[in-house]
Amino acid sequence: MSLVSIRDVRKSYGTVEVLKGVSLEVAKGDVVAIIGRSGSGKSTLLRCINGLETYQFGAILADGIEVGGIHANMRELRRHVGMVFQQFNLFPHLTAAENVMLAPTVVNKTPKKEARAIAAEVLAKVGLSEKMDAYPSQLSGGQQQRVAIARSLAMRPKVLLCDEITSALDPELVNEVLRVVEQLAKEGMTLILVTHEMRFARDVGTNLVFMHHGKVHETGKPKDVFAAPQTPELQQFVGGNG
Amino acid sequence: MTYKLEFSALLPYWEDLAAGLWFTIVLTVLSTVVGIAVGTLGASARTFGPKWLAGLVRVYVELIRNTPFIVQLFFIFFGLPALGLKLSETTAAFLAMVINLGAYSTEIIRAGIEAVPKGHIEAGVSLAMSRLEVLRHIVLRQAFAKIYPALSSQIIIVMLGSAVVSQISAPDLTYAANFIQSRNFRAFEVYLVVALIYLVLAIVLRYVLRVIGDRFVKVG
Ligand SMILES: Nc1ncnc2c1ncn2[C@@H]1O[C@H](COP(=O)(O)OP(=O)(O)OP(=O)(O)O)[C@@H](O)[C@H]1O
Ligand SMILES: [Mg+2]
Repeated sequence: MSLVSIRDVRKSYGTVEVLKGVSLEVAKGDVVAIIGRSGSGKSTLLRCINGLETYQFGAILADGIEVGGIHANMRELRRHVGMVFQQFNLFPHLTAAENVMLAPTVVNKTPKKEARAIAAEVLAKVGLSEKMDAYPSQLSGGQQQRVAIARSLAMRPKVLLCDEITSALDPELVNEVLRVVEQLAKEGMTLILVTHEMRFARDVGTNLVFMHHGKVHETGKPKDVFAAPQTPELQQFVGGNG
Repeated sequence: MTYKLEFSALLPYWEDLAAGLWFTIVLTVLSTVVGIAVGTLGASARTFGPKWLAGLVRVYVELIRNTPFIVQLFFIFFGLPALGLKLSETTAAFLAMVINLGAYSTEIIRAGIEAVPKGHIEAGVSLAMSRLEVLRHIVLRQAFAKIYPALSSQIIIVMLGSAVVSQISAPDLTYAANFIQSRNFRAFEVYLVVALIYLVLAIVLRYVLRVIGDRFVKVG
């Protein structure tokens, strides 16, 4: 059974349709890499999965909950669907540890001490044990993004959505973040990532999704798709991206 | 022109001065606390509340910001009894100051809320926090850090502006001054001393606000 099931989803901003019937099945442990040109609807699709955006037609089921359904408990849904953003979005008034502890203490009512233990654990996982008490302004971009990943992990999500999480980073900081994501993939975390890192998509992804004009234009095993893209659009896209 | 200063003429009235000073301090502290609470609710309603409520808050803010404080005070104290609402001088003074600071701080805090990046709100929502939790733990904390200096200035303005409540005989520092000079006819000395007291009060208040700010409102 799919962990995330996207069925013929359509979404418009005003009169402009940006998702034109997207269907996608994501099983537990899948690492889905979504690629595509700017404006093809990648972010919109991701944001529909955890209900940051609404859609007009079709259905999205995440962990059995219909996203945006009238009876859907969105809070419950979001506890299981984490999201990491391009612009880290760390809370500047809180330390790394406090950023991580906030949702567990506020949402799950985890006692402070226990939450701090969770923070220590997930920050160790992203290699930032020594930065627990640093404020975001004292961290590099790569470190901030790793804290943001840890912050999502603290809620023990079943699936993690990542929207171009290395695009705002200096080139030399990209790898430290990708390594963390790769480690998560190895441990069996279900990931849906929008990325421009083609090599990463090929090496770490279990499924590749090429979006074009609001549709899933081509999909398959990353190695096959990259080796022999079927559609001219993907051929051109892959060619253009090296 | 020879005017002989006689500060000793104030001495018999030091208890009146002290009582007036105490009244001004208590009035300022209480109306600051309640006024900022009103401003926080107002700003939250304007930015996150339903349309009708946001509109209502907007009318309140514009009404207060575009009319003189003394008229607001007179309306509450002399006007409301016509509707059967008779308030004591002290209650009327307190209410007028809360309503006034509430409106100004609504605007100030709203500016702070709007300066919080949308991405932080989305991050909070994505972590399964409710809108209210996001507002409280993420938005307001950052908003207050951003606007604290502006809010501090407004509090000083309100403290100095509280002198106006003497006009409805609320027994504040200025009321005490008016009373004393009507007795000893030493207007120059009385108002000079009272001006100095206000000056010291403002300096002390500024200092206290800075200490509170450093302690509680810092950001990273
Ligand atoms: N809030 C919005 N209001 C109106 N149009 C929007 C909004 N957000 C996105 N769009 C439009 O929807 C389309 C898809 O946007 P989306 O952000 O999903 O693309 P993307 O594939 O993530 O692009 P990029 O690679 O640049 O991030 C674009 O044409 C964009 O202009
Ligand atoms: Mg995007």
